[in-house]
Amino acid sequence: MSGSAPYLRLQGVSKSFGSFTALQDIALDVYEGEFVCFLGPSGCGKTTLLRIIAGLEIQSAGRITQAGVDISRLPPSQRDFGIVFQSYALFPNLNVNKNVAYGLENAGSARADTARRVEELLALVGLPDQGAKYPAQLSGGQQQRVALARALAMSPGLLLLDEPLSALDAQVRGHLRHEIKSLQRRLGVTTIMVTHDQEEALTMADRIVVMDHGIVEQVGTPLEIYREPVSPFVANFIGTMNQLPCQVNGTGGVKLGPLSVACQDHSVQSGASAILAIRPEDVVPHGAGARSPGAPDIIETPGNAFDARIEDMEFLGSFFRAELSGDVLGSHHLLADFSINAVRRMALETGKELTVELPAERVRIFAGTLV
Amino acid sequence: MTDAALNPAANTGPRARFNLEAWVMRGGIAIAGLFLLVSVILPLYAMLSKSFEDKDGNFVGLTNYATYFDTPSLAYSISNSLTVSIVATVIVISLAFAYAYAITRTCMRFKGFFRLVALVPILAPSLLPGISFIYMFGKKGFMRELLMGEPIYGFIGIVLGSSFWTFPHALLIMNTALSLSDARLYEAAEALRASKLRTFFTVTLPGAKYGVISAVFVVFTLVITDFGVPKVIGGQYSVLATDIYKQVIGQQNFQMGAVVSVMLLIPAVLAFSVDRLVQRRQVALLSARAVPYQPKPSRGRDLGALIFCTVIAGMLLLVLGVAAYASFVKFWPYNLSLGFTHYNFEIMDGGGWGAWYNSIKLAALTALIGTGLIFTVAYLVEKGQGARFGRVVIQAMAMVPLAVPGMVLGLAYIFFFNNPANPLSGIYATMAILVLSTVAHFYTVAHLTAVTALKQIDGEFESVSSSLKVPFWTTFSRVTVPVCQPAIFSMAVYLFMNAMTTVSAVVFLYSPDTNLASVAVMNMDDAGDIAPAAAMAMMIVYTNLTAVVIYGLLSRFVEKRTQAWRTR
Ligand SMILES: Nc1ncnc2c1ncn2[C@@H]1O[C@H](COP(=O)(O)OP(=O)(O)OP(=O)(O)O)[C@@H](O)[C@H]1O
Ligand SMILES: [Mg+2]
Repeated sequence: MSGSAPYLRLQGVSKSFGSFTALQDIALDVYEGEFVCFLGPSGCGKTTLLRIIAGLEIQSAGRITQAGVDISRLPPSQRDFGIVFQSYALFPNLNVNKNVAYGLENAGSARADTARRVEELLALVGLPDQGAKYPAQLSGGQQQRVALARALAMSPGLLLLDEPLSALDAQVRGHLRHEIKSLQRRLGVTTIMVTHDQEEALTMADRIVVMDHGIVEQVGTPLEIYREPVSPFVANFIGTMNQLPCQVNGTGGVKLGPLSVACQDHSVQSGASAILAIRPEDVVPHGAGARSPGAPDIIETPGNAFDARIEDMEFLGSFFRAELSGDVLGSHHLLADFSINAVRRMALETGKELTVELPAERVRIFAGTLV
Repeated sequence: MTDAALNPAANTGPRARFNLEAWVMRGGIAIAGLFLLVSVILPLYAMLSKSFEDKDGNFVGLTNYATYFDTPSLAYSISNSLTVSIVATVIVISLAFAYAYAITRTCMRFKGFFRLVALVPILAPSLLPGISFIYMFGKKGFMRELLMGEPIYGFIGIVLGSSFWTFPHALLIMNTALSLSDARLYEAAEALRASKLRTFFTVTLPGAKYGVISAVFVVFTLVITDFGVPKVIGGQYSVLATDIYKQVIGQQNFQMGAVVSVMLLIPAVLAFSVDRLVQRRQVALLSARAVPYQPKPSRGRDLGALIFCTVIAGMLLLVLGVAAYASFVKFWPYNLSLGFTHYNFEIMDGGGWGAWYNSIKLAALTALIGTGLIFTVAYLVEKGQGARFGRVVIQAMAMVPLAVPGMVLGLAYIFFFNNPANPLSGIYATMAILVLSTVAHFYTVAHLTAVTALKQIDGEFESVSSSLKVPFWTTFSRVTVPVCQPAIFSMAVYLFMNAMTTVSAVVFLYSPDTNLASVAVMNMDDAGDIAPAAAMAMMIVYTNLTAVVIYGLLSRFVEKRTQAWRTR
């Protein structure tokens, strides 16, 4: 994918509103046919960035190229995109057919062609035979599909979606998530979707752009973002990740209290304080005393294991989440997810002593200190 | 919103191809700004500067003002104006509050009827109550004993007449304020065993506070700036509005007219600004989860409300009825047989039936042009992109007319347009200047109606359109206008009725060819032809009534046709 030239390229894009900097020096490449999600907390600048790509907002600095053409200064009407807003912005006085045909009619296509295209689009989004209805007569999910059909009507090269699912209830949302994704794959249209729902981003995106306070924190596939977050912010924003204070030692490993822990490569200077991060599901339970010589349990990285005690345990449907304490942890606690199977096999319960392992390839080190 | 697309930001990259939309938008905003500048701001400036000049146009500083305050007969009008305005305001606010309370907070019967009757004065020019009161309390009035020898001409007449025609304006505001209330507050008060009186003072009044304050300022401004009532029934009791007229028409002293105008402008602007400040502090008292208050029946209270409303509605209808009756009576009070003799306007001074036709023409043109123009400007201001500074300035200029009394605007128009150096002086003494002044005079309320409607529609229609390569004017006509149709209709009927009834601005601007019904009422009354004046005033009422009926039918028709997509 990344071998070819990017379809959309942002270079040094910044935006300020008066003295407030909404976006700072954004660089991003989006490739043809990709589904990219902008993910970040409220107010981080996702919508602003999307509107800049659409030309609805003009960047204070920076350059945008689409399909090899510099579009930095073009008004929206001279760019090539379709857009779906959170409110859908369907024209209430026009029926579904007219809404979808809105751009086609204006472009002067023949009436029969328009009608055929509208029919095709409505079938595509799963709303055949609803063309005569008005938006007010449709459910939220149906309105959303009409907005999508309208955005796709002019066969845009780029589809922009601003929180398209956030106004829907959970069930419809889950369903539409799947549909939008498969539709996008079928059409192969390059798509950017704004969301603040991590689950949405993880399930739909080819790549996720994690944003915070007007800067891009990380760009990567859902798995990369989840497995290898580059900052505590990303780690915490997507899923849950334990964060423990540690000290980097000379060998590239870290010291967690008295324990020397091997970890993934990192760039923190030796001797500096750092943050050790690991996801709860990556913590491996072993029987108590598993570290003693001759114990049956096999620990792959024995140096990364320590004794702990289950302070609390909570059943979360498909697994248990335990809160662990231990000498190594000092006053901190460690969250660990144990499968039902493991809990049964090892008879884990509150108050039980056990040995836990932090597999080296799952331990990430971030610069900085815990606040 | 956004400065999108139209902002020639200092970015890299090739320039946009010629962006027609951006230019049309900029051009529209420029024209709108120019219109408000010419129709409101420049005339006011001309008037202000006139007040600092002598007869030959030399700058004389505050000399005219000094003369004004040294002339007791003139300066005395300030306190007269303030007195009648304050007294009328107190009366109207108390009555309108009680009336609105009865309509919104009791289980009184015939609410719909009372609601409607209270609006009757809106149909009539403010000259009408004066005429009716002459028949009721004048020298030959059938109710003159009630005044115990006091003359109706003067203070009493002005207060009564003003109370009549400003009543519906106060009531509309109070009705809104009192119907926006949260039932849960009352349930809480009841649960705390607060007495009825205590509940009234701790829940009802604070809830309606902002509505009451707003109504106070509106009524005060209406009364102090009104010309019709004091003109007909003011007698020797001079007020600022009639002083302007006397100075300009009677004595041809334009400079002094300008000074009096400034005197009238000050309280109007003050009232306007204070009201704006107060309203800005209003926080949304109604949360989204508020439960509308449903009054429970209470025999004594409901009966009291019914009696009170009957009395008030009866008085309003009586005033209108007297004018109607008097217009048919052959020779009051000696020959009470009925006929149409007084409707034979051709034999009277004042313009005859032609004045009525002119008024209809003025009202229709004002409604048509005014609605189209004001709505379009509001659209550019509200939904436009780019030219942010221009839009802010237009928004501010659009608020100015509300603070400018009609008399002041009319005089300002003389100064500005009756000036050979002005390239627009050609419209002086034509129908065009009457339409222009009337649109300008009633601009603000229509503008606010349009803005409110526009704010309620989705802010992204224009963005969606541009993504579909559809220019904004197509979306304006295909979507925005149809969606805002109810507001557009109500703007049109508002402008029509006001153009029919207004006297104040046009009294300086009509010519023999463009005589108007409302002005004819005034002139016939001046000439002592009170019965024909009443007849012409009633013609205005009938015309407005017809307009309202047409409006109602049209609205219902459109509502039927559009109910498929209107969710209401
Ligand atoms: N027109 C504007 N004027 C001033 N500030 C603005 C404007 N538009 C956006 N901002 C500010 O820029 C920041 C980013 O806004 P943006 O709408 O892009 O956030 P977002 O990431 O989409 O958030 P959300 O998830 O809440 O939609 C916010 O702090 C917002 O207040
Ligand atoms: Mg947003």
